Amino acid sequence: MAEREQVRKSSSTRPEVAEEEATPSAERSDQLKAELDDILDEIDEVLEDNAEEFVRNYVQKGGQ
Amino acid sequence: MPIPKVLGIETEYGIVVAGAPEANPISTSSTLINAYVAGLADRVEWDFVDESPGVDARGFAIDGGSGIELDTHLVNAVLTNGARLYVDHAHPEYSSPECISPSQALLYDKAGEEVMVRAMASARRLLPAGQEIVVYKNNSDRKGNSYGCHENYLVDREVPFQQLVKELVPFFVTRQVIIGAGKVGSEFSGSKATDVDFQLSQRADFFEEEVGLETTLKRPIINTRDEPHSDGQRFRRLHVILGDANLSERSTWLKLGLTAIVLAMIEDGFLQDLKIELADPVGALREISWDPTLQRSVLLQDGRRIRALEVQYAYLEHALEYVEHFGVSYLGNETDGPALLEEWGRVLQALDDDPMTLADTLDWVAKWQLVRGYQERHQIEVGDPRLAAIDLQYHDLRPERSLFRRLPMRRMLDETTVSWATSNPPPDTRAYFRGTCLAKFPGSIAAANWDSIIFDLGTDPLRRVPMMDPLRGTEAHVGELLRRVHSAQELVEALGS
Repeated sequence: MAEREQVRKSSSTRPEVAEEEATPSAERSDQLKAELDDILDEIDEVLEDNAEEFVRNYVQKGGQ
Repeated sequence: MPIPKVLGIETEYGIVVAGAPEANPISTSSTLINAYVAGLADRVEWDFVDESPGVDARGFAIDGGSGIELDTHLVNAVLTNGARLYVDHAHPEYSSPECISPSQALLYDKAGEEVMVRAMASARRLLPAGQEIVVYKNNSDRKGNSYGCHENYLVDREVPFQQLVKELVPFFVTRQVIIGAGKVGSEFSGSKATDVDFQLSQRADFFEEEVGLETTLKRPIINTRDEPHSDGQRFRRLHVILGDANLSERSTWLKLGLTAIVLAMIEDGFLQDLKIELADPVGALREISWDPTLQRSVLLQDGRRIRALEVQYAYLEHALEYVEHFGVSYLGNETDGPALLEEWGRVLQALDDDPMTLADTLDWVAKWQLVRGYQERHQIEVGDPRLAAIDLQYHDLRPERSLFRRLPMRRMLDETTVSWATSNPPPDTRAYFRGTCLAKFPGSIAAANWDSIIFDLGTDPLRRVPMMDPLRGTEAHVGELLRRVHSAQELVEALGS
């Protein structure tokens, strides 16, 4: 497996996967809740006017 | 040693005409795709000669009948990014080109969404005032009708199919804790389903078998369609019909990446000591989907009970050991593998500690947080149609109406790259040859499909160029040639010599 070991250790320069800095989870959880509150403040403006009719009319033919 | 995990996603989108709910979905889908294709310079038809959806991986073939519908032959186009765009089963469908890595397959799946967004905008001009075609990237109409988002992976033909089944099923049944797209309520016809307020998966309600050939009824966890679209002596194309259509980039990337890692481990015989066999895989699929607390356990054949997260941990532990022996280059680059393994561990830990911390990462958590937040704020009952509407509208692809787009999800792609990928092929597979030929010589191509292109050089007969190896026809192989030649005639002659 020497060849593969080498392949694995050689560092690639292609940054295909961008990782951002992770925040500690409790802090991130609070942050997400605050962001959710802002979204909930505005969501009724974009929600379909008549939810019941919208849900009823959303009918699809079965697929794969 | 695993073979490169060439992979891709095909998605059947939900479609309605806002303002005309009675509109025929087949003609609506045709209008949508024609509107997009009409905006492109040239159009090339799909070639059906090599399609064989009735061939079974277990070693037999069936002849039509049995509920398998063959293609409608309605609207069918090949795009210059190597994808196929067409009408299938009354839905618009985008099949991504063959990709070399999970992150690349994510990019081309997102490019498919962008194609749909542009198609909706083009179609708007063709419809009467007050009407609009709207496309949804989801898998159910909440009335028992489901449509698919299928993954495809290149697998070594030497792996016995029964081994694939045995070692994949526990992974497939439990991976929904990570990659489910979430659903308000249940469409399963049984008394147990009435208590389900929210579940992990769009699709779990619709599966009835562990293994089978069907895709539209009696859906199986492992689909046996044996249609390699490549050299069938060497390769198998594993056609995965179980998954949800994801909007979260992280969810799509994890779905593709983790599945590719598990398949590579199976190819190398690395999961033979897994010792996890579910007593009732189909029942467990639903039990797990219906429990967003992730606490419930399911029964194993040996009598033990196990939580879905523990099953996932068992696969992750094998994967961490596996990478030490075999590296990650089968995933198409050196960066996806380490990042996937790290994210797999992070996500499992967070799901165990507090799933809500993943509301910026995973579809089902993002949707659940939104639904619960709305419910609490307005003090409404579980069955309120507004919650079902939020579920549907999460998947609405119109940028101004999409609830998903309003959420602060972690991104992996930027819009410029996604836009580029709507018209340029991945350089690392035969999709490069297909897409580049289409862009360069559209007038000389009679038809194209996954494993060949048929050239019409103006002289009889038509010339078929086979592409039986998904890893040939890359930019490294034919890029220089394609840049050099000035006509399809010249290209075909050069290839033939």
